Amino acid sequence: MRRASTDTSSHSVLIFWIATGWVGFLLLPWYGIQDGFFKFEWLTDGYPFDDDYAPAAFLIGQGEKLWLAPMIPFLVAPLFVLKRRKTDPTFAKILILSGALGFSALIAQGFGIGIRGWNFGWLEAAFGPLGDRQFGMGYGALLVASAFLFIFTHGIAARGAVNGDVFVVGAIGFVILIVTAFVFFPIAKMLSAAFITDGGGYSALTFAEKFVDRRLWGVGCLTGAGRCGAALNSLFLAVAVGTITTVLGLVFALVVTRSGFRHTRVLRALTVLPIITPPFVIGLALILLFGLSGAVTVFISDVFGIQPTRWLYGMPGILIAQILAYTPIAFLVLIGVVEGVSPSMEEAAQTLRANRWQVFRTVSLPLMRPGLANAFLIGFIESMADFGNPLILGGNFDVLSTEIFFAIVGAQYDQGRAAVVALVLLSFTLAAFYAQRFWLGKKSYTTVSGKGDAGVHPKMPRGLSIPVFAVAGIWGAFTVIIYGMILYGSVVELWGVNNTLTFKHYVTAFSVRIEDTGIRWSGAAWDSFWTTVQIAAIAAPLTAAVGLITAYLLTRQNFAGKNAFEFGTMLSFAIPGTVIGVSYILAFNVPPVEITGTGIILVVSFIFRNMPVGVRAGIASMSQLDKSLDESSLTLGANSWQTFRKVILPLLRPAILAALVYSFVRAMTAISAVIFLVSANYDMATSYIIGRVENNDYGLAIAYSTTLIFVMLSAVGLLQLLVGKTRIGRRTAVT
Amino acid sequence: MGTAKISSKAAPVSFRGVTKVYGRDVVAVDDISLEIEAGKLVTLLGPSGCGKTTTLRMIAGLEMATRGEIFIGDRDVTKLPATDRDVSMVFQSYALFPHMTVLENVTYGLTFSGFNKADARERAVQGLDLVGLTDFGDRLPSELSGGQQQRVAVARALVLEPQVLLFDEPLSNLDAKLRRQMREEIRDIQQSLGMTVVYVTHDQEEALAVSDVIVVMRNASIAQIGTPRELYDAPADRFVADFIGEANLIPCEITGVEGGVADISLAGYHHRLDSRGLGPGPATLAVRPSRLVLNAGNGFSASVNKATYVGSRMEYTLNAEFGPVFAVAESTGDPFRVGQELVVGLAPTGPVLLPDD
Repeated sequence: MRRASTDTSSHSVLIFWIATGWVGFLLLPWYGIQDGFFKFEWLTDGYPFDDDYAPAAFLIGQGEKLWLAPMIPFLVAPLFVLKRRKTDPTFAKILILSGALGFSALIAQGFGIGIRGWNFGWLEAAFGPLGDRQFGMGYGALLVASAFLFIFTHGIAARGAVNGDVFVVGAIGFVILIVTAFVFFPIAKMLSAAFITDGGGYSALTFAEKFVDRRLWGVGCLTGAGRCGAALNSLFLAVAVGTITTVLGLVFALVVTRSGFRHTRVLRALTVLPIITPPFVIGLALILLFGLSGAVTVFISDVFGIQPTRWLYGMPGILIAQILAYTPIAFLVLIGVVEGVSPSMEEAAQTLRANRWQVFRTVSLPLMRPGLANAFLIGFIESMADFGNPLILGGNFDVLSTEIFFAIVGAQYDQGRAAVVALVLLSFTLAAFYAQRFWLGKKSYTTVSGKGDAGVHPKMPRGLSIPVFAVAGIWGAFTVIIYGMILYGSVVELWGVNNTLTFKHYVTAFSVRIEDTGIRWSGAAWDSFWTTVQIAAIAAPLTAAVGLITAYLLTRQNFAGKNAFEFGTMLSFAIPGTVIGVSYILAFNVPPVEITGTGIILVVSFIFRNMPVGVRAGIASMSQLDKSLDESSLTLGANSWQTFRKVILPLLRPAILAALVYSFVRAMTAISAVIFLVSANYDMATSYIIGRVENNDYGLAIAYSTTLIFVMLSAVGLLQLLVGKTRIGRRTAVT
Repeated sequence: MGTAKISSKAAPVSFRGVTKVYGRDVVAVDDISLEIEAGKLVTLLGPSGCGKTTTLRMIAGLEMATRGEIFIGDRDVTKLPATDRDVSMVFQSYALFPHMTVLENVTYGLTFSGFNKADARERAVQGLDLVGLTDFGDRLPSELSGGQQQRVAVARALVLEPQVLLFDEPLSNLDAKLRRQMREEIRDIQQSLGMTVVYVTHDQEEALAVSDVIVVMRNASIAQIGTPRELYDAPADRFVADFIGEANLIPCEITGVEGGVADISLAGYHHRLDSRGLGPGPATLAVRPSRLVLNAGNGFSASVNKATYVGSRMEYTLNAEFGPVFAVAESTGDPFRVGQELVVGLAPTGPVLLPDD
């Protein structure tokens, strides 16, 4: 009975994908609808014969876009295998061939023919002028492409790959395809853009010329002859931020674990701050404090008569802002490591007659070394990738991430230069990412075993605890002041000039009028706010889904090339947002995938920016689930999709919620990639705020930021509540 | 179908030249051929790392054979994934789904096998009856004891009426008393339903107690296949002799063979026994500790080195010319003293000759 049902059910999946392909080809518009992905006016507007809305079959039938015809045989061929059994070698062969060739035909025509006819000179030379053109792909193409992909993976599975598992092979193929399309393809496109000459050809000389730019590598600040280049600035800044945040993070971790400090919950709450704070908000608060009309500046000039300066704008400001923003991240990394040092190691050292200071220096600190390296590298990468703070605090201090922005947005509009600078930035972060993996892959100091460890961490030596407490206290007070400033700044009429309290900014941003026709969202910020919420709400579940499926493949399945697969999926963690932004513009403003200026490009960029987080959350919680749970489900006749849905997913509820909220919040606070990708129709909260800052409209910007912080705080709070209440059956103690 | 009691669709299993290689060159199972009859309980026995679990998982479809063919019934399942094989498995960790009740766990597999809800439920209840957990359907697995969880795992596998039922060291998480009880229950159910069962264990006593046939594995290949009695009484080589029950492996010399009976000499003592196809020359004599006759009229001499009282019997370590010998004596009344010199003889049945390797 099981035999019969599985044979037909696997075929029914195949039938579904073949049918999808045919629907895409026969019924849905092949090209992208200009009005938008979710607009359906085309149904009544000339469909199915109008060129813009016609399905591929109708186009070919009318003798147009004949290059779509070669796909037909590969849609027909799979129909002939339906009568065959899965184990028949011809079954697999036909599916693999039609999937692969059909997909190639689709890709080839997509890249070969663009809005100006042939995309490549040699094609024109070979076939003569085309006299026709095509735009970006739409619903039809999307369905046909998926159909070809899954027909192909179906064939691969039938050949016995990954135990012949259709779902797993399909999922692997899907993840590889989307990562290729939305991570590797844009990066490759950017790479090639760095070599494009003004004439449209390719030349290594162009790249070299832009690469050895003084604006990038100048060392003027060291020799005293002017300014340093952006690359060196970024590097100095990142090393400084990495070092200082690591030290501060360690300080807090020590306070929590080794000082007998009671209110550790307060400190742990700090770790939520960077998640809910848009990255440039710290910069704004610093301006309120130390800017030309900042509170501290004014106070000092009044009392001491010191002339206010613009010292904040430049390296000092960015450094302070980034340290404030990223110390909690370092703390988060280090607290795990510092707690992970087994107390019995330290107790053993004590019984071997080491005093507290010697124990700390010879045992505790060396055992924390990998954590310190990790924290440094994360600080380094975050600083490199930060865009918001340098943008509002940078002054004349150029860093790579803002250089990219100004190369593409400013008067120079030099895509090639943007690409070159982005490549430099990318190589820095990739080097750090690689160093991190290399370092952590080689060394493991994990000292916590499954066995109960009854010991307690010894207190840190007194000579250390005094400076540690001092630093932690100062930093803590500073953070409180910063956040106080943000709150206060949002209710002040005009900072430094007119300090009367007012809700004016909130009213401007978020006023609501009740009219006969219903509620009118008349505030200036509502538009971007709702767009942000909408985009983030669409992106969050997709991010979580892609992340969890990837995590499932990485923890639960074995397949050839798994290491490369893992590296590819985690890579986007090391790609700074500005690089993503530039590469997306370069890759997706021309056919075949033409999504610049739509909401889709924002959603897609969020998915791939935040995917590593989902993957990590998924891996962490899936490795807690014993693999025999999956296996018993499989031997009980469930297939892997059913196992994933009925066993794995229900047990992963907390991880799913965390991934959902985290990607939602990250999508709301992101700025670096977003600022390249927003359009008039789809403006996001963060880019709107940056726009207000550039117009010196600080009040509105800060009021809006405060609102965002509270929105996200409630999102995180809601998560805590939901996860706290989620009760799944306790895992049995049996291992 | 709905009213049917749980029965069996037992099928034979056949391995034909099966090899499993992990990664590039780790050979877990090396060219195994094996026939498992329908309705028999066959145990895969061996030390850890011998390939027995890999063999079991290849029957389940959780591992795929690198080379060779696997048949269940008359169907080639070599390339079929676990889902598509009519096989169920009871895991060492039980692998009960913690978010489902006991009844949901047992119903789980039935819902994928074409039963409607009512039938699936009815069968699941019958399955729980069979393992004596009738009233536990609404509990969560975490609310059961280890033995009860074990029974749920068995019921969950049974109700599917698999062609082959697999057990992967099912009793290793239970205490000694419960173990004996559970293995008897498993054997009873297997016999009353006539199922084909493949059972992996590293506990030779457990294997001897439950099996129709034992497959002893070593270093990724099969050392010997036989009934418990065959393995115990006529081990094929030193490894099997030592692994199944304890055996003294004593070097000896075959001085002559006549009509299938060998004359052997060890430490000056001559004995006659089945030659098992061996010719004259050096060989090994395998003797169970209980088959040594202490203080016999004829035998080799040894001195008592250690005497241990273990309640039901005495255990002795003896020093002979060729090394230490382990012996047991049923009589505990008047034990031999340490240092005492004994003449040790061989029982008429029991000792077997093994090739010298």
